[in-house]
Amino acid sequence: MIINRLTQMFAHFILLLGVLLMVIPIWLAFTSSTHDNVTLITEGMQWYPGPLFIENYDEVLNEKGGFSEEITATGMLINSFIMGLGIATLKVIISMMAAYSLVYFRFSLATPIFWFIFITLLVPLEVRIFPSYKIVSDMGLTNSYTGLVLPLVASATAVFFFRQFYKSVPDELLESAKLDGANSWRFFIDFLVPLSKTMIAAMFIFMFVFGYSQYLWPLLMTTDEKYWTVVMGMKLIYVELYEGVSLPRVGQRFAYIILSIIPPVLIVVLLQRWFIKGLIQTEK
Amino acid sequence: MSFINLKNVVKVYPDGTQAIFNSSLSIEKGELVVFVGPSGCGKSTLLRMIAGLEDVTEGEIDLDGNRINEIDPSERDIAMVFQNYALYPHMSVYNNIAYGLRSRGIKKLEIEAQVTNVSELLQIGDLLSKKPGQLSGGQRQRVAMGRAIARDPKVFLFDEPLSNLDAKLRVQVRLEIKKLQRKMGTTSIFVTHDQTEAMTLGDRLVVMNKGVMEQVGTPMEIYYHPKTKFVAEFIGTPSMNFITGSIKDKTFKASSFAVPARYEDKDDVILGVRPEDISITKATTGVKCKVELIEKLGSSTVIYCVDMKENQLCVSTQSRASVEVGDTIHISTNNKALHFFDRETSKALTK
Ligand SMILES: Nc1ncnc2c1ncn2[C@@H]1O[C@H](COP(=O)(O)OP(=O)(O)OP(=O)(O)O)[C@@H](O)[C@H]1O
Ligand SMILES: [Mg+2]
Repeated sequence: MIINRLTQMFAHFILLLGVLLMVIPIWLAFTSSTHDNVTLITEGMQWYPGPLFIENYDEVLNEKGGFSEEITATGMLINSFIMGLGIATLKVIISMMAAYSLVYFRFSLATPIFWFIFITLLVPLEVRIFPSYKIVSDMGLTNSYTGLVLPLVASATAVFFFRQFYKSVPDELLESAKLDGANSWRFFIDFLVPLSKTMIAAMFIFMFVFGYSQYLWPLLMTTDEKYWTVVMGMKLIYVELYEGVSLPRVGQRFAYIILSIIPPVLIVVLLQRWFIKGLIQTEK
Repeated sequence: MSFINLKNVVKVYPDGTQAIFNSSLSIEKGELVVFVGPSGCGKSTLLRMIAGLEDVTEGEIDLDGNRINEIDPSERDIAMVFQNYALYPHMSVYNNIAYGLRSRGIKKLEIEAQVTNVSELLQIGDLLSKKPGQLSGGQRQRVAMGRAIARDPKVFLFDEPLSNLDAKLRVQVRLEIKKLQRKMGTTSIFVTHDQTEAMTLGDRLVVMNKGVMEQVGTPMEIYYHPKTKFVAEFIGTPSMNFITGSIKDKTFKASSFAVPARYEDKDDVILGVRPEDISITKATTGVKCKVELIEKLGSSTVIYCVDMKENQLCVSTQSRASVEVGDTIHISTNNKALHFFDRETSKALTK
């Protein structure tokens, strides 16, 4: 009994430690983003919220940045959001269809093709960035959302996960659906899509964060500041530190970081209901 | 012409396993035919070929006068109840039943009426909004039935639909299936490896063994006139007794047995006697046996014994025989109910 309680307390202690480890940096960044720069530079980071919440955030959101002063943080947030959303949506759709064809249509090369797709995991974007750039620029897609999204929409990881999931779906389900008059398209829409809801939510979250945090690709792709993304912008406010005319704007920088976290958090919070529902309600 | 016709059907799986050897069968409209046989004999394979879930390697399958070998399962208008029911886990019971109707483009109001109809028939009206995961095994079984019935297909196929139910429920559902099938008059094929199920359900049985149809006939034909030793052994519990011997001068003679046999003289004959066709006699004229084991089932008593030549024999009697293990008894056979098989071919002897 006492041992039980002790182990339970110990477990909670570890969990709590984990939570603090995750939350404290964000809390510090947030509280620090509400102070003025003098306080931050003389006294270091602040544990409690300060008085400048509205001022700092307003400044960051609406100040025009970049060389030609065309883009604001709001604009960059929107760009990143579009990029993340586009990449995640297309990645999920394409990999679901690819996995469907690999699992359910018995063409002779299905397995080699799958492994070929799988091998592309070994070739990350950075390795193929020049050919990709060449292709996209030849297609005239630089400085466009299409150009930002399209080269990143194939995903071996997602194909792999969906393939494994489809393989675990019992054959009788397909057979039963067939006898009920479902063709292959209907089986996909009416069965596989709803059955893989949880999977879709999980993949969507991962892929959104992947797309959202892209740095190198948007940097190469965009010469027009209208298409800059949040991650690119983050570098810009650091650069300013060295060129510093006045005091480095530490508070605003923290505000920017906090703002940049919001879209991914939003996606996780929105999709988590699906996610957890799927985990609790084990469907037989 | 028959409603379903199998003509010289052969099935070889891609890995080379031959599951069905040249098999032909005609099924009349409205009939309930049961495929019965031990595990692995090809019952499911045959059923799945009729459903269109497996290709036919050779031969032809006709349904309602048309060759259906090449027709997609979705267009055959056949409904199947699977052993594990294969309910759609993400759909409510209502949608499970309605799905097949919807994909056939039936109007919404009609679907509603049909689902209500079926759910009343099967008494699952209060389950319609539940998901399959929330149902008991018996309820799932009903939903699976409902799904098959709702479409009013040309043919019902059942692949061991009762094997996941407990013994009591199995008997009850078996009765219901029989009643339902009578009421709807839909041609049905039922697969089982349980011979009691087969005997009670079927208008006709197809006894299968290792991919071959050993015998096709009504339950009584099969019980009283088995054409092969396999059928004789498989149908009936406890199993038939077999004794090897030979026929000479219209008498079958084995080590300790001698019974009349109206057949030509022949060596290597197997005599088959059902346990209930053996009785214990008071007179000492019968075959002398030693009792080894007794099973009291209430309505009958099964006695396992060995004769003086170590032949195992099983006797089933209705009377409450006061026999104990170790006793010596005398038995005699009902000579009107004897079966003789050729030991080489396992086929029943013909006169
Ligand atoms: N997909 C397959 N590939 C290769 N061989 C198969 C396949 N399916 C079944 N078989 C083989 O075909 C034979 C018949 O199988 P089938 O499933 O029809 O048996 P069954 O009579 O339904 O048995 P049970 O009562 O156990 O369900 C078996 O020997 C089995 O191993
Ligand atoms: Mg089977």
